[in-house]
Amino acid sequence: MPLASYALGMMDASVYAPEVFARGLPLTPQSSVVGVVPTGSIADAAAPLLVLQGIGLSFGGVVALADIELSVRPGEIRAIIGPNGAGKSSLINVISGVYRPDRGHVLLDGIRYDQVPTQRLAHLGVARTFQNLALFKGLSVLDNVASGLAYKVRSNFAGQVLGIGRSPGEQRDSLSRADHILEFLDLTAVRDRLAGTLPYGLQKRVELARALVAEPRLLLLDEPMAGMTASEKSEMASFVRAARDRFATTVVLIEHDVGVVMGLSDRIAVLDYGRKIADATPDEVRNDQRVIDAYLGVASDNEDGAGI
Amino acid sequence: MAVITSDLTSAAPVLPKWIAPVLLLAFAYGVVPLIGSSYLFEAILLPFLALGLAGVGLNILTGYAGQVSLGSAAFMATGAFAAYNFNLRVEGLPLIGSIVLAGIVASAIGIVFGLPSLRLKGFYLAVSTLAAQFFVQWALTKFSWFSNDSASGVIDAPRLSIGGVALDGAVGRYLFALTIVSILTFLAHRLVTSQTGRNFIAIRDNETAARIIGIPVLKTKLLAFAISSFIIGVAGVIWAFAYLRTVEPDGFDLDRSFQILFIIIIGGLASIRGAFFGAALIVVFPLGLSRLGGFLLGDVFDSGVLDMSQRIVLGALIILFLILEPDGLVALWDRVRRRLLLAWQST
Repeated sequence: MPLASYALGMMDASVYAPEVFARGLPLTPQSSVVGVVPTGSIADAAAPLLVLQGIGLSFGGVVALADIELSVRPGEIRAIIGPNGAGKSSLINVISGVYRPDRGHVLLDGIRYDQVPTQRLAHLGVARTFQNLALFKGLSVLDNVASGLAYKVRSNFAGQVLGIGRSPGEQRDSLSRADHILEFLDLTAVRDRLAGTLPYGLQKRVELARALVAEPRLLLLDEPMAGMTASEKSEMASFVRAARDRFATTVVLIEHDVGVVMGLSDRIAVLDYGRKIADATPDEVRNDQRVIDAYLGVASDNEDGAGI
Repeated sequence: MAVITSDLTSAAPVLPKWIAPVLLLAFAYGVVPLIGSSYLFEAILLPFLALGLAGVGLNILTGYAGQVSLGSAAFMATGAFAAYNFNLRVEGLPLIGSIVLAGIVASAIGIVFGLPSLRLKGFYLAVSTLAAQFFVQWALTKFSWFSNDSASGVIDAPRLSIGGVALDGAVGRYLFALTIVSILTFLAHRLVTSQTGRNFIAIRDNETAARIIGIPVLKTKLLAFAISSFIIGVAGVIWAFAYLRTVEPDGFDLDRSFQILFIIIIGGLASIRGAFFGAALIVVFPLGLSRLGGFLLGDVFDSGVLDMSQRIVLGALIILFLILEPDGLVALWDRVRRRLLLAWQST
């Protein structure tokens, strides 16, 4: 039966080995320059696009998130990192309304939600990708990307069947916008393939395309580079940066590969055991003793990143 | 669950996609009425058309939108009895009007019994659609008003006519059925390639992602139930009015629902053509089996043995298909056609 239903719980279970994020983390603290202004940082004056206030979430007795505060400014690329089980995916799921937080609330562009209304997210200008691929396997790449605009469709099924009213125009519009995004992300070659038949790295990119096609104000990326090769990762990082620059999208991303994150993000929040232990620029995070401690157990097993 | 691919990227001289259906229709309208025997119409083509259309309806719900239903026969019964009553009780309503209204009634019933789909999935939803199956059959038997107080609960079909042209006899009824089936199949094809059809597939493949990108999941599911039930209801009208001519509620039992489900599994889920492939197999297969059995075993092969052997062979076929060709006859057909095309090109 064609019922590919992803159990919600599965989203949180990471399948990627912890050594992945040991790479790129400097083990010898570099000479720290306090107060470095990172390149690409946005002026503090802008009102934050996304604010989390006192978010708490637990599953049974397990505390997934405790008292998380976060503030993301428009146009920022904000990474959330942390060891396995630190609550990163839970946080994304709270922001996108998949999980309902036990405490605290989320503010999107100043509007406060106790629970983010999932079905309204697209209208609010929020798009996301999933840690485990969540493409529609039975649709072509183009249709997958065009479905990112489905929330805007105003024509009803009768108009679409008969090809009357606003439906032909909408159809043309969404397909041409999808084509533009495919071109932007260098996916035109696989335009008509079924999404389920693509290699993993490309599927991840198609998912990014589907999220980007609506030109969201806030883009949530749940491990966009997990399971990719090094070259695919740097390609994806440049696509994320290009998307931010072109659509002025604010990006919140979760990533295991600290090396990629350091180069990509404007600011980094570090979670450990459901708590935020740091929230600063890449350079500051790199030298934060608590962050190093959180990762140390993993890093010391794998001194120079061998075996990755 | 992969879907039928039309992955014909070979360098073959690609014919426009509409050629095959148009030729087929021309043959069905132009040639078949001239050469067909009354046996062909009565025993093969009419049930094939009715079940094929029902398969198209169920495929929209189950194959495309991913909502499993075991209530198809109930929607067929609803359509048949509603059309009968509209035709009987509304003065001056043309037959086509009765049929459309019957489809609308079936789709209303479909929406009601589709409500559980908003909370239930897969197996649990399938079981809840059984409620439709049992309720509709019970209501049609219990309240004799539906069958115009006929003692046995049997209804007789009215004379068929479209726009004043009477369609009597096997050929007339065949043309009547063929016309309705062609129109609805064409509309169904348009639907599954539209944005709504893509929303159906999105919900089937990943409901969470569909909700997050802003597809109205609840509305779309109910729409799938409504459209599917409309088509199945009209298929029920064809079954009752064109094929059997006299029907009773017992003719639309759970076996019929399973038969339609088997049609789309064997034919190919999420494929409009698949419904007709499956229907052809389901209709022709028992006839072939009885001929073969009679030929091989003679008198030992009576109707009891036939019935039993049908179930066994059909069951085995379904298991084989699920294991070897989960995409159904359509995938098999496409593969064979591609092989032939390649072989033809290389010569």
